[in-house]
Amino acid sequence: MNELVPTHETGPASLAEPIWKIRWKLTRRSLRQNWEIFKESRIGMLGIILIIAFGIFGAMWPIMINTVWDPMVYDPVVGFDPMMMHPSPPSGTHLLGTDPIGRDILAQLMHSTGREFLLGVLSALITVVIGTAVGTAAAYYGGLIDTFFMRIADIILLFPFIPLLVVVGAMVKLSFLPFAIIMGVLGGFGGITIILKAQALSVSVRPYIDAARVAGGSNFHIIVSHIIPNVLPLSFLYMMFSVTSAILSEATLSFFGVLNIDMSWGMMIHTADVAGYLFDFARYWWLWAPAGLAITLFCAAFYMVGRGLDEVVNPRLRKR
Amino acid sequence: MRRYVFGRLGQVILTLLIYVTLVYFLLQAMPGDITMMYLSNPKIPQAAREELKKQLGLDQSLFMQYVSYMKNFFRGELGVSFSQYPKPVWDILMEKLPRTFVLFLTANVFSFYVGFVMGKVIAWRRGKVIDYAATVVGITFWTAFYPLLALVVIWIFAYNLKWLPLNQFIDPRLWSAAPFTANQVFGNMVYGAAIIGIGIFFIFYYLLRGLKPSRRSRAQAWALACALIAAVLFVAARKGMLIYIWDITRHMILPVFTLTLINFAGTMLLMRDSMLETVQEDYVMAARAKGLPDKVVRDRYAARTALLPTVTSLVLSLASSMSGGMVTETMFSWPGLGQTLFAAALSNDYPLATGALAFTGIFLLIAHFIADILYAVLDPRITYTGQSGV
Repeated sequence: MNELVPTHETGPASLAEPIWKIRWKLTRRSLRQNWEIFKESRIGMLGIILIIAFGIFGAMWPIMINTVWDPMVYDPVVGFDPMMMHPSPPSGTHLLGTDPIGRDILAQLMHSTGREFLLGVLSALITVVIGTAVGTAAAYYGGLIDTFFMRIADIILLFPFIPLLVVVGAMVKLSFLPFAIIMGVLGGFGGITIILKAQALSVSVRPYIDAARVAGGSNFHIIVSHIIPNVLPLSFLYMMFSVTSAILSEATLSFFGVLNIDMSWGMMIHTADVAGYLFDFARYWWLWAPAGLAITLFCAAFYMVGRGLDEVVNPRLRKR
Repeated sequence: MRRYVFGRLGQVILTLLIYVTLVYFLLQAMPGDITMMYLSNPKIPQAAREELKKQLGLDQSLFMQYVSYMKNFFRGELGVSFSQYPKPVWDILMEKLPRTFVLFLTANVFSFYVGFVMGKVIAWRRGKVIDYAATVVGITFWTAFYPLLALVVIWIFAYNLKWLPLNQFIDPRLWSAAPFTANQVFGNMVYGAAIIGIGIFFIFYYLLRGLKPSRRSRAQAWALACALIAAVLFVAARKGMLIYIWDITRHMILPVFTLTLINFAGTMLLMRDSMLETVQEDYVMAARAKGLPDKVVRDRYAARTALLPTVTSLVLSLASSMSGGMVTETMFSWPGLGQTLFAAALSNDYPLATGALAFTGIFLLIAHFIADILYAVLDPRITYTGQSGV
């Protein structure tokens, strides 16, 4: 980028510090200010606390399986406890009981946490990268590119995701990674593009964009260093909401048994369902309640963080 | 206005073409074709399979297949269902469509209304306990795992309390001697509900217009509303339909309740944000300074403007609420499009699954179209030239 703005190298002599150091300080200051605003939102803080709790819970899995738990008994997929009838209610050896084929529920829950993080963040990242790139390009160039991508977004908005993926999943069993990518791509070309484009459009008519163009900045330079930084906060906000929708979709599809995933929270409920234990709902509560609660709380946590960020990104929502 | 409507209609038809094409090619891209169904049957030799391929036109080029598919699609010939052989897909879907329509419409109206009122109230009382409580509860339901939430609702209200039926949409014992089909009753229910809804809206609008409606006009409004409902019910009773309507309504309560729980938070949170922006406007302050009652400022001044962005988002959330509705249908064994689609997909009934997917798309397209027109009517700033500003 520096060859585009050569004045940086020969900048005023009064600058005591190198330019990157000043930038770093500015970034840190704005981060701190935003954190102060974010802290005001109790909903957002609740979300952060929940996410940290899930993080710790998920991080405990490798420790537990390597030290405390016997992998033969506690493996989330192939483990089996020969000492008792299954499904067994919560007890000292199995804190949350076992599932119909003798696997420990707590171990499954912990093992899945890390995977859910990976799935959610990966697909949300893909969504946001595509959404930001396409949205800013559509806003900046306008014309044919704009029309093309907006029409695509319209059509994707029309697709009822879950039924569509059920139909696809019934034919080709999607595994973990392709599913994350499909969710990410579908999300990226969908509604998020429209929102980010609107934001990019409002940025691209500001005077400093004209100034950058007059100063000889190329289109690419203007997009990357002037428009995208101003769209990123909103992208980050929608990333939180994308995590929620990715995880919920995964859980729902797993529940209907159309994904090729060996273990996840939705899969745990699916196992209980196909074995018929969901008919006696209250008696076998440990088969569905932990996983169901985990899905709901995990998604809610990301959503709440998104709500908190909303107040940072959207100054009009702040208290006066 | 007319130009706008026709412009949108043209776009809708174009989108429909693209959608059906996409669905077709998506399913074409899936591995295997119909003759694979017979592949595992050793009694059918290779030659017979080739013959079958020829008969079904599978030996033609992909483009020719596509053209004949599209032709048939718009003639309403969607093939024959495998799992309910030999019923045509079109007939099955036409039978299911009204049920999904009623459920979808009712649930969306309810959740939108609940979300609208709650959002208005919690924005007005920002930072109070009710604001936090409603937000946390709303988000929890919004991100709840739908299938499980449906099971919990069934378990509490149908299994334990036995207030309402467990699942299905009619009671077969009652309907075995019924003089109507379920869809006729559905149709009449939609008319009745529309009459009641529009009637009540106008009654309340005309009688409670002023700043401080008197107690007498309030009583009049309620009395007129009750009279209208009674009149509609009386007509239904005269036709002998009342008991069947009651049966369907009883079965509808739980799915609608579940869908409302899932969906209301979306509208509520948006309405809250939108309200928070509106209450900072000068005209709201002016209304307050004039000494208008708090409730009037909230409902007549702030909420009306704040409604617009919420309607936009309603348009955007139709597809996801359809997804939720389909899961709910499956959980409640509500025999609509969603349940048909899931069952067809899981039993590899490709023609039915494709047809249901295409129908869902058309259904959503029409819903989008209506919502767009509604929005244009609500917001005079929208220009009718086909460009919506942004």
